[in-house]
Amino acid sequence: MVEFINEKIFGFSPTEAALAVPGQVIVALWAAFLILNLIAVGALLFIWMERKIAGRIQDRLGPTRVGGRFGWLQTLADGIKLIAKEDLMPGGADGLLFRLAPYVAFCASFGAFIALPFATGWVGLELNVAVFFITAVLGLEVFGVILAGYASASKWSLFGAMREAAQVISYEVPLGLCIVIPVMIAGTMDLIKIGNEQAGWFTNWFLFHDPFTFITAFVYFTCATASVNRAPFDLAEAESELVAGFHTEYSGLRWSFFFMAEYGSMLLVSALGAILFCGGWNGPIPVVAMIGGEHASQLSGFAFVVANLLGTIMFLGKAILGVTLMMWARWTLPRLRIDQVITTCWKYCTPIVGVMFIGVMVWQAYQLPSPRDLGWGSLEPGSVREAWHPSDEAKATPAVDKQARVDDLQMTDDAQARVE
Amino acid sequence: MDPINWHTLFFLLFAGIACAFALGVVFSSNVVRMAFFLIISLAATAGLFFLAGADFVGAMQLVLYVGGTLVLLVFGVMLTAQSPFISIRTSGGDWILAALVGGSMLAILVPTALMIGERANMPSAEADATTRAEPPGAIQPVVMAKEEPTVAMLPPVPVESRPTATNIGQALIGVRVDKLEETNERKRAGLAGYVMPFEVISIHLLVVLVGAAFLARARRRAKSRFADAA
Repeated sequence: MVEFINEKIFGFSPTEAALAVPGQVIVALWAAFLILNLIAVGALLFIWMERKIAGRIQDRLGPTRVGGRFGWLQTLADGIKLIAKEDLMPGGADGLLFRLAPYVAFCASFGAFIALPFATGWVGLELNVAVFFITAVLGLEVFGVILAGYASASKWSLFGAMREAAQVISYEVPLGLCIVIPVMIAGTMDLIKIGNEQAGWFTNWFLFHDPFTFITAFVYFTCATASVNRAPFDLAEAESELVAGFHTEYSGLRWSFFFMAEYGSMLLVSALGAILFCGGWNGPIPVVAMIGGEHASQLSGFAFVVANLLGTIMFLGKAILGVTLMMWARWTLPRLRIDQVITTCWKYCTPIVGVMFIGVMVWQAYQLPSPRDLGWGSLEPGSVREAWHPSDEAKATPAVDKQARVDDLQMTDDAQARVE
Repeated sequence: MDPINWHTLFFLLFAGIACAFALGVVFSSNVVRMAFFLIISLAATAGLFFLAGADFVGAMQLVLYVGGTLVLLVFGVMLTAQSPFISIRTSGGDWILAALVGGSMLAILVPTALMIGERANMPSAEADATTRAEPPGAIQPVVMAKEEPTVAMLPPVPVESRPTATNIGQALIGVRVDKLEETNERKRAGLAGYVMPFEVISIHLLVVLVGAAFLARARRRAKSRFADAA
């Protein structure tokens, strides 16, 4: 796409990559625009869903008037109300940090989306370490919360922020371990490759790889809910004790930025879970492959775009399903106490994931049977598995002593196969 | 279209942000503001790593330093909070000590930075001629910026992004894949990777974990004994 814009629109084909920037800037702006709109429109949808689901679970109707029968324009009305609200700041607050905090939270949520693929090759920035990048950037969101809580000069806010900090720092441990397990099976941290490894029938999903990954997926969901600060883990904004926690002193548009960040993060962790455990953009039935004979990653041109569009719809569907589950949990379960939250993390989630980690390791090492062995519609491992850079691989073959050295060292099966 | 060198532009942008907010850390007296400035400075450094094509190191920078600062901040505020906004006053002695340490660091770093231009051209030119078929004068693309953090200071060349995570992983378990084809004996040194440091650090961290768990246990037991006595 970069070459296309440079050649067709600017009319030159740059010889040096450093000069290709105008095209790159346009592509980057386009990607940023799409992601921003995904978060904003997603927030509109999720706030309406939240109200509707909460209503139905509590045996009432939820919004019914704005925008017709289902009240589907309710969020827009909410947004107009928020924009029209007076923007307040407490007298004792630290002005700079108080103003910046919502943007920090939002930027962290937005930044993580950059590396999230929506289908084969459709990603803001294709990173070799996408999983790692997303977890790293997502962890920064809590910083916005802490800044908000601290800068508000309010004890409720500060308590909320401290709880959030303790909770997020704790839950990063089991969450990271949960993420390592699919990475270990896939052999790469590239989300596109992880997604493509699960191509084909739903039996190829890592969720069904073995009993351990099945349990891990649920632990991941629990930890993800906690790490994005959703009920029953929403201690930071526990309204029964802390008024509204870290955003007690916020109003109007600044407050809504926190909510955009929260819904953005919910979508992000659900999407990440969908890629890691539920096949990402690959449907339960490989429809595209059945009709076209090939997976989207092997197609090109128009067929590729159509296949990827279907994949994106499938992927967003899974992500929204995850968000819906979080809402269901929020309106069903009572809020935990802070000691129960930390206990859940350190005494339950972390040991369970540790055992699952060892279990999956053993399962992989002894090559125990898994539904993936049926290989229904799966891609060849070589076409998705990341290994050495091709030039390294080409050079590694000739020297004999090197080969012996390589064989001595424990390497991935794949690398060994290539050397041989 | 002007041949603007965008790589240099972005480098200057990130470097400028990093430096400006580092100064902000020094001249601010509010703990939380300091932490915030430090985070921006460190994040800009991560941006430099991404610019150099070292995705893994950049993400690592975010996890370790930015996340680490967060923990530091939380404990700093929790343990020292006496008044709403904690401010730190630096005493005269601290200024002198800091100037000494910082000045000696600077005295080492500046000559090193100035030497890089020579070093980049000197030994690698002949070694490269044998292994890589690159036009003379071209500077080799940086594969692992981890070894050379000052890489962004090289004369700006577009850095192709190549997967570095696998190479780093292989280096940690005992083989530097980037050195397997190296014919220059001097450059082959260190082929064995970083198994030893990796193991040492792992055991160190394990000891720290056990120690932390032990400390947490001991305190609780002491309290319950006190409760029994009472």
